[in-house]
Amino acid sequence: MRFALLLAVFALCCAIFPPAIHAQSGLPPAPYAYRQLDDPVQEAAARNLMAELRCLVCQGQSIADSDAPLAGDMRSDVRERIAAGERPAEIRQWLIDRYGNWVTYDPPIEGDTIALYVLPLLALLGGLFIVIRRLRPAKQGDGAP
Amino acid sequence: MSNNQAARRNWLLWVPLGVVVILAAMFIWALRHGDDRLIQSHWIDKPLPAFDLPAAAADRPGLASRNFGDGQPRLLNVFASWCIPCRVEAPTLAELQRRGVIVEGVAIRDRPEDLARFLGELGNPYHAIGADERSQLALALGSSGVPETFLIDGRGVIREQIQGAITPDMVPDLMAKLERMR
Repeated sequence: MRFALLLAVFALCCAIFPPAIHAQSGLPPAPYAYRQLDDPVQEAAARNLMAELRCLVCQGQSIADSDAPLAGDMRSDVRERIAAGERPAEIRQWLIDRYGNWVTYDPPIEGDTIALYVLPLLALLGGLFIVIRRLRPAKQGDGAP
Repeated sequence: MSNNQAARRNWLLWVPLGVVVILAAMFIWALRHGDDRLIQSHWIDKPLPAFDLPAAAADRPGLASRNFGDGQPRLLNVFASWCIPCRVEAPTLAELQRRGVIVEGVAIRDRPEDLARFLGELGNPYHAIGADERSQLALALGSSGVPETFLIDGRGVIREQIQGAITPDMVPDLMAKLERMR
């Protein structure tokens, strides 16, 4: 029974996300695609940035999570630029200039992204309002029947 | 509490369920039909980034940004021998070249022997082919896959990006656009 259920879930997943078949390059990965920087501080900065950059060919994954060759090229690019002294914010902006805010999971606050930041706050305020109203002592004549 | 108020409270109880159902319907719809469009480059109407790529094929020179901006509009075709739609568009690129369009190539992550086989099989419409072994020019152009074709005007400014294979029905439109970009 449990196995049949698992199978059904798997079949559903395959129907919703058909497995993509990508032709791949025969070239080896870029030098720093799978190699850490020697300086742990620089490597940590590179990792932080890689985790918030979106993979261009496997949308929904970060370049830190993806094994696509292009994601490897982007990781190597990020590590080499950080090793050369570029700041993470500059690298992120370089990519935003080319791919738009879509490329980062931490988009700047602008006209089309403001809802992302404001809506959760509004929901929280709305919830607080409801809770406070509920917790307020009942007025005379408004008690439970 | 009056009956009227109680009825209103009962009705309100269904609101969260309604919200969840509407959200679930939106999520399922988005998963099935959703956002799988290609990501357009934002590096349009801007000059080509400076680059200088080594030759990818034995019988063609490499490609550098200084090759552009000589008054001649060009196509910049981003391709690879391992890319299947690139095979599909090869005859159309050849037709464009026959009609006098200058087609420049950038081979992404390609091995020389694979590229030589690809060009031997499908013909070589390229004026020059640069080897972009680590997708660096692709990233600088805002390109997110192969094949992609950029229309570069006579001043070396990127005017348009076409994602996916060039098909024969696009040829007249491309010729007219390039003619206007002199």
